Amino acid sequence: MKVKQLSIFLENQSGRLAEVMDALGKESVNIRALSLADTSGFGILRLIVNDVAKGHEVLRAKGFTVRETDVLAIEVPDKPGGLAGVLAALAERGINIEYMYAFVGKSGENAVVIFRIENADEAIKALQAGGVKIMAAQDVYAL
Amino acid sequence: MIWDRKHECMSRRALESLQLERLKETVSRAFERSPFYHQKLGDARVRPSDIASLHDVRKLPFTTKADMRSVYPYGLFAVPLKEVVRFHTSTGTTGKPTVVGYTRNDLELWSELCARITVAAGVTSDDVAQVAFHYGVFTGALGFQGGLEKVGASVIPASAANTHRQLMLMQDLGATALLCTPSYAVHLGEAAHEAGMRKKIKLRWGLFGAEPWTEQMRGEIERDLGLSATDNYGLSEVIGPGVSGECEECKNGLHIAEDHFIVEIIDPETLETLDYGSQGELVITTLTKEAVPLLRFRTGDITRLNPELCACGRTLARMDRVRGRTDDMLIIRGVNIFPSQVESALLEIEETGPHYMIVAYREGALDALEIWVEVSGRLFSDKMKELQAVEERIAKRLESVLGLSVKIKLVEPRTIARCAGKANRVMDLRETR
Repeated sequence: MKVKQLSIFLENQSGRLAEVMDALGKESVNIRALSLADTSGFGILRLIVNDVAKGHEVLRAKGFTVRETDVLAIEVPDKPGGLAGVLAALAERGINIEYMYAFVGKSGENAVVIFRIENADEAIKALQAGGVKIMAAQDVYAL
Repeated sequence: MIWDRKHECMSRRALESLQLERLKETVSRAFERSPFYHQKLGDARVRPSDIASLHDVRKLPFTTKADMRSVYPYGLFAVPLKEVVRFHTSTGTTGKPTVVGYTRNDLELWSELCARITVAAGVTSDDVAQVAFHYGVFTGALGFQGGLEKVGASVIPASAANTHRQLMLMQDLGATALLCTPSYAVHLGEAAHEAGMRKKIKLRWGLFGAEPWTEQMRGEIERDLGLSATDNYGLSEVIGPGVSGECEECKNGLHIAEDHFIVEIIDPETLETLDYGSQGELVITTLTKEAVPLLRFRTGDITRLNPELCACGRTLARMDRVRGRTDDMLIIRGVNIFPSQVESALLEIEETGPHYMIVAYREGALDALEIWVEVSGRLFSDKMKELQAVEERIAKRLESVLGLSVKIKLVEPRTIARCAGKANRVMDLRETR
């Protein structure tokens, strides 16, 4: 259930992001989803890649500071109100969302949204109780 | 104008005689009453009776900042604590500051010495003097206040913050003398100009110190504020401000209070005492301080001595403006910063490693400090707010250790690796002024 996301620390300098993409591309690591959070001083790049261990090693070898974080990939009905429904299931149980971002690809008919939730196990229970589909990690990497 | 003609214009013969008498007395007292010197002189096999001439000062071992730190807080004190009526501190090279104390007589002496230099700079009892040094444990503000009050000037204890307020007091109270760091003076000049109140400033005299500054900068300040600016020198370990100061007539070297301090110039590598005229490290021996006598204290400041009689009539030898340091100490807005302080503070914070870079730069007229901290495994959190919280925690900790507010910049490990070269931790981007 829990998907491994790579978080990379980036200084706010032009070229840093390109370097990451270049390094991964050269080693044939494919990016499935991406999000960039920023402040004026630095950014945190979050990636879902198809080969977590390889991606981590490639970036570490290039001198980047990398961390793996557990996130959830949730299937969201691709229609108005789809996301609201998912969020309601979490809010009902008082579960807090740290951040989220959407996938480019789809899982069948559904959109896929990545969630970082502090208490992942509680969230999984709440979502399943609400009939929300959580993707298996392997399926996410292979999307 | 000369405050203490008897001492400031003494014949060299009488001065040297006075110095020798006081040197013997001080060495004797330090040996008997200061635990640190009792040990140190004992180890060096020097007895007070070995001091028979002024030349014998060279028999005394040196005292360094590290020595002072090693006996923090009271190891150098030669009087019972009860007799200490004031403490001041100075930057320590790592975690703890160096502590100095003053007896009533020491405070009286300090006021006298500061009176001398403020009068040498042109100040009289008719002046309204604005002290824009930071009030607190640093010696600058209270040292000058003591001297100014003795002279009878009207003191505005403005301290170092809030430019807007400074200018308001300066204008409304009719300040005619300003005492602060040279960069703060430039800053006030710019602010006054921007506020369109340049014409309302009645300043005539300025005493500036606590950081190095050039002749060009003196010219700039004199033009911007319409005053006559003089340099002065001091350090907390020795007494604070009042060790030396320029005479307004000549502005050609800072007259040293030699009746209270013996000064030497040494080669910082060989430790050999050099002749007048050679550039080297200034070493100071206090002759009359009671609470914390200091023998051959290595200041780390590089300068030159000039014994020639000055046109102002003072016979006290002069020193050049301080040219630089023998160590890696930085002066930021008049505050002494040692890179080792930053290092030890960072090591105390769990998440930070030993890789950092100190960047000194200027924001307008004022010095600023940015510390680059490497984001390594332990420090890096995936959560933005956690990273920002660490950034803030580091900033607060450094501020409390350094006594100065600093900016923190989180950087990638290789940014520091590229700049570090041979473990060089400081990038000083400021141009000499």
